[in-house]
Amino acid sequence: MTAPVRTYRGAAGASGPLLYLPDARGAVLGEWVALESPGQPARRGQVIEVGTQLTVIQLLEESHGLAPASTRVKLTGELAGMPVGLELLGRVLDGAGNPLDGLPRPVGEAWRPVWGAPLNPVRRARPADVIETGISAIDGLNTLVRGQKLPVFSGPGLPGLDLAARVVESARVPGGEPFAVVFVAIGITERETRGFLERFEDREALERTVVFLNRTSDPTLERLLAPRLALTVAEHLAFEAGLHVLVVMADITHYCEALREIAAYREEIPGRRGYPGYMYTDLATLFERAGILRDGTGSLTQLPVLTMPDDDITHPIPDLTGYITEGQIVLGRDLHRRGVSPPVDVLPSLSRLMKAGIGRGRTASFHRAWADQIYALYAQGREARLTAAIVGEAGLSEADRRAVGFADRFEGEFLGQGDRRRSFDETFAVGWTLLESMPRDELLRIDDETWAARPGADGG
Amino acid sequence: MSGPLVVMAAGALARLRPMREASLNELVRVGEAGLLGEVIRVEGDVATVQLFEETAGLRLGEPARPTGGPLTAELGPGLAGSVLDGVGRPLEAVARASGAFLQPGAEAATLSREHRWEFRAAIRPGSTVAGGDVLGTVDEKPGLEHRILVPPRAAGRIAALEDGSYTVDEPIGALEDGTELRLAQPWPVRVPRPVAARLRGDRPMVTGQRVFDLLFPVAQGGTVAVPGGFGTGKTVIEQTLAKFAEADVVVYVGCGERGNEMAEVLEEFPALEDPRSGRSIMDRTVLVVNTSNMPVAAREASTYLGMTVAEYYRDMGYRVALLSDSLSRWAEALREIASRLQELPGEEGYPTYLSSRLGALFERAGRCAPLGKPEREGAVTFVAAVSPPGGDFSEPVTQASLRAAGALWALDPALAHQRQFPAVDWEVSYSLYAGPTAAWFADEVGADWPDLRQEILTLLERDRELRDVAGLVGPEALEDGDRLLLQVARLVRELLIGQSAVDPVDAFSPLARTHALAGLLVALRDGARSAIDRGRALESLDLAPAVRALSAVRRAGPDELPARVVEARSAIAALRREGTAGDQPAGGDVTAGEGGA
Repeated sequence: MTAPVRTYRGAAGASGPLLYLPDARGAVLGEWVALESPGQPARRGQVIEVGTQLTVIQLLEESHGLAPASTRVKLTGELAGMPVGLELLGRVLDGAGNPLDGLPRPVGEAWRPVWGAPLNPVRRARPADVIETGISAIDGLNTLVRGQKLPVFSGPGLPGLDLAARVVESARVPGGEPFAVVFVAIGITERETRGFLERFEDREALERTVVFLNRTSDPTLERLLAPRLALTVAEHLAFEAGLHVLVVMADITHYCEALREIAAYREEIPGRRGYPGYMYTDLATLFERAGILRDGTGSLTQLPVLTMPDDDITHPIPDLTGYITEGQIVLGRDLHRRGVSPPVDVLPSLSRLMKAGIGRGRTASFHRAWADQIYALYAQGREARLTAAIVGEAGLSEADRRAVGFADRFEGEFLGQGDRRRSFDETFAVGWTLLESMPRDELLRIDDETWAARPGADGG
Repeated sequence: MSGPLVVMAAGALARLRPMREASLNELVRVGEAGLLGEVIRVEGDVATVQLFEETAGLRLGEPARPTGGPLTAELGPGLAGSVLDGVGRPLEAVARASGAFLQPGAEAATLSREHRWEFRAAIRPGSTVAGGDVLGTVDEKPGLEHRILVPPRAAGRIAALEDGSYTVDEPIGALEDGTELRLAQPWPVRVPRPVAARLRGDRPMVTGQRVFDLLFPVAQGGTVAVPGGFGTGKTVIEQTLAKFAEADVVVYVGCGERGNEMAEVLEEFPALEDPRSGRSIMDRTVLVVNTSNMPVAAREASTYLGMTVAEYYRDMGYRVALLSDSLSRWAEALREIASRLQELPGEEGYPTYLSSRLGALFERAGRCAPLGKPEREGAVTFVAAVSPPGGDFSEPVTQASLRAAGALWALDPALAHQRQFPAVDWEVSYSLYAGPTAAWFADEVGADWPDLRQEILTLLERDRELRDVAGLVGPEALEDGDRLLLQVARLVRELLIGQSAVDPVDAFSPLARTHALAGLLVALRDGARSAIDRGRALESLDLAPAVRALSAVRRAGPDELPARVVEARSAIAALRREGTAGDQPAGGDVTAGEGGA
């Protein structure tokens, strides 16, 4: 599919990050372009439209000061690609794949197109192996499994990236082998990046981590490229080298904003809130790269982090993400304000792949009923709390008063585990303690058999 | 070189020239990779093509090859149990040819060229046949007889037709005019297959889901829109219907959804038994899969492919359930193509023809008398999941679906957050089939079925009113009768409407069990009510034994059901007697230990 290198002197025009080239015969859709302009830094771009009249190139870097007429445009004939291999482990690269760690440019074992190819659904294996994250809200109520894509829905000022970092730090699989981690920073600040990476420093953990950094000050459009580079590397590690890979992408909100920016330059018809109509499809080409191959040993698990603008879960970014990913971990501002750490609001949180991972022989036979019952009581308690705010505690029924008490203890004891890591069994134990404080008759979701078989039950 | 060349390409669109002879919807192979595309616009000698495959790497000046015909489905034995992409390529064959990752330009026929089918002729040479007549049968899968039909537009006297073992490419016979007859026939996916007559939909498609069968039934040949924000359980509902709905054939279209979900279906379905026939679910299922990261134009085609396959089995005289997840992704594909064509956008950027296209699609469902002899009856029941942005039902796709569909199963995030599944919002949902199917339920299940349905709906409505009041004054301020109603309504939500998709017994609720549970809940309310009316305080009534007995009914298999119902009746009768006897029964453990059936 490669075409020879062709060089053109002078472009027909430019607007924002777009450069127009007349009569570029043989231009290849998606090919990589190098630009040279006198007195200007070298720039790169990509062909996004080919035509006999006009070929459109989208620049990766800022176009500030670019003079189209005096620019040399080199069509490289290569689709955007990335070297992949085990040697990438331990490296720190920028959002375009250039080294930031003072080491030479990675050569890799192979060169792969960054846009990837969709995994044939019949060759996927169903994800079913649980990951113990050590966080009760996830392990107990929204269990994560290998090959899943489970985003963290954070809000401005909420510790979304912290939660992702904690998962990366303490994630374990029953087999015990550690995860390789691919971290891609998309438009996040220096401080956030450092906060994330400091958790790994001085440790061998860094040796099984690949970092891609596109910081706030880096080119906007590189934000569209950086996660694809990261996923290309991660796919190789998972599907060819057979490692279990955890990919953390933060912040998807910046990614979507970059997408909107380029759509506006291309004068596309905007969808909701100005985001392009194809944002669902575009995000899917990132998130759907998670999974497990039927005849492979590795897995690719994603933990994207996004910031819900104004804490609004119906905003297009969390909304479209939620439609693609297999659930979401939602952070609650109220909980955070009250000092509950980690502040996971379990009611809107969900793990769609939980049911395959839990149960007898996996986590515990009672896991489903136990989680459903905690959910039902906590939801009842939260609702009753609202009622109490209007009519006062005294106006509540006995059952509702008990449910409010349950919700309080649930938030304090179950969710608010602080920095302590809990095993599955420890998480279950905390939950059972809470449930046992309730009258048996109100535990409709737990049948007698399950009740009798709970750990520490006094013989039924 | 005089063939057409690529003169423009961007995203999923390409323009080709010269293409003066092109027809709309003509299938084209574009570029050296042979990317599959469809003509959507012809202007002078330039044709605009939407491509069903990834276009990166396409070069200006690459050649294109028109195929002369539109996108067609290949209909014949071997469809059942297969997994096709949006344009009809079997994904297993594609994987064998090009590995675990999809590469553009793959060529793979829908049906196996090698497989030999044992054909048994049903009519003799010399008979006159017309479109839709049954020529004979092959056993496609255990329990699924594939009826070989005369193509809708063919007719004449049969010159030859013989029993034997044939591939789909070999003629099984011929008409006197020379038209060859085969096991398979092509049909353009965007054209509805003709029928002899459309029939009234007054038989329900039993789903095994209590909330649907009892409260919001769907008729055989009916259409349902299932809108719900993410995480409200649309996919689980679609998959549950695929497993348990009363259908001879299921066509499941995974349109723009998750790859891991399809992996789940592919792992689960072959191992699951149809509760009616006892055979593998996969043997009666056709899966059309176009996940969200697969090219967008193929997503649009996949819905039509699924509909065409469904119509084909309907024409054999089968009841087909067409399950689409999700119609919004189909509509978004329309929007994306329209936007690239710079068409004038309607609401939220969707093309102005969204509603008419969507309506036409829904109209292809229905209960019908297919063409041809022998006379038979078939139905396509269409259940379409809709994914409204932000869960907002006022958006164009949901609204257009509601205008076209006969029932609405609205899913509510608040219920899903409480883990109340299926999270069907009983206040918003409706079914226009409840009336027409009522007589069937009354005849087949129980004469009181329509009354029970109304009782339960009324009870839930009253519950909502009371909860509004309780939210203002507190539940303690309500009188005993109303607080009883709140308690019973909670049981209705937990035991009757709530249904576990993962519990092996509860996942499929036969009508007898649904009927028993509804009747017992109403009896429980009446029993407790009469005790209260005779002066007993609600607090002093022990509902627990009756509740446990009801839970046991919910978990009872067909053999145990009658016994469990008798036990529940006696628990309720005991409650009713409490109003007359002054002393309180010991209560509590009467039926304990029977919950875990």
